[in-house]
Amino acid sequence: MTEPRTALTVTRLGKRYRRGWALRDCSFALPAGRICALVGPNGAGKSTLLAMAANLLTPSAGTLERPDGQRVAFVAQDRPLYPGFTVAESLRLGRELNPSWDQAAAEQVLAAGDFPTSARIGSLSGGQRTRVALALALGKRPDLLLLDEPMAELDPLARRELMGHLLGQAAEYGTTVLMSSHVIAELSEACDFLVLVADGAVRLAGDIEELLAAHQVLVGPGEAAEWLAGQVVVERREAGRQLTSLVRAAGPVPPPWQAGPPSLEELVLGHLRGQGAPALLTDEARVNEMVEVGG
Amino acid sequence: MDYRIDRHSGIATYLQIVQQTKHALRLGLLLPGDKLPTAKEVVAATAINPNTVLKAYRELEREGLVAPRPGLGTFVLRSLAREEGAADSPLRAELARWAARARRAGLGREDVAALVASVVEQEFAGDGGTGGENDD
Repeated sequence: MTEPRTALTVTRLGKRYRRGWALRDCSFALPAGRICALVGPNGAGKSTLLAMAANLLTPSAGTLERPDGQRVAFVAQDRPLYPGFTVAESLRLGRELNPSWDQAAAEQVLAAGDFPTSARIGSLSGGQRTRVALALALGKRPDLLLLDEPMAELDPLARRELMGHLLGQAAEYGTTVLMSSHVIAELSEACDFLVLVADGAVRLAGDIEELLAAHQVLVGPGEAAEWLAGQVVVERREAGRQLTSLVRAAGPVPPPWQAGPPSLEELVLGHLRGQGAPALLTDEARVNEMVEVGG
Repeated sequence: MDYRIDRHSGIATYLQIVQQTKHALRLGLLLPGDKLPTAKEVVAATAINPNTVLKAYRELEREGLVAPRPGLGTFVLRSLAREEGAADSPLRAELARWAARARRAGLGREDVAALVASVVEQEFAGDGGTGGENDD
């Protein structure tokens, strides 16, 4: 059997609630084995996208494809667990419901927690519940792991430790991970793939190094602005006589501009502040959108 | 081998792993036959991307310093330790005397480091990226 090369393909996906479209015309492919950051402002549709990928929400438009037999685990933002169950009972439920259950992986995640497995879920703090939810998710030994704000309620020590667990499992089994977060700095070391959504649409998708390499931060005097006219400008800011711009430059950058590579944070913030540039998807992330219209 | 990742150094993470491994090879902390930590071990300890570790190991492999043995791990092939750089070598003793003189002349740690870096830069200018430590 050949390994599936794409873990998730999203084509013109949309979700409409009563108040309007939460996500619209959203297309990207996530190659198998990548650790993908899903970023965007509040209300951009990140949680909606994750819930649809987990089959918990029906799309209003478009399609979502996953390989046959793929095991999926989802840690939702509200960490849904049974409050009346103890931690041990929650694990037992995971074991009974999942033929591929990995008790050792789940117990490893719980080991550093400062609570006994006899504790009731309802008595745990937010951070402790996150630990239990991650233990259950990793115990499933998923092929695709979907995480909605996984690190939100954790202290810095637990963040590092739990991120280590989940990346360790990914390293061992080639798990594909798609995780949303607001904290870009936290994702920049852990992730190698990026999907940036804003206003319900995909703005950037692809290998992070490739996306960074396609952009440059330019610094120069205001008089040099003319040259920018022929470039794809993502964002430009002026401070006094100095002009700073995030661009997708075609070819070498002439003096007096000074060009440097953007950080992941500069790339993301530039695209959130400047709305002018078209969406950019790398070859790996692009989807062949030959699907029937309507439906 | 315990990798320390500095998230604010501006140096690509895989290069930090490459450089720290080479550093250990130069100092004789890693010797031929030694096993590098598995990607899983590095990732669990540092919370960095698994593909970053694999990229670093591939780079070390490309330079002929390590080799993977399927199912067993990645092993050191050769050392970078040089006799001339050992703790009891004449070159090192000469440099130690010079550092002491610089200090007596009133230079601080950073002044000395900057001076050494600038002389090294001048001496090796035009050699290209022999250490493979230049970003492309």
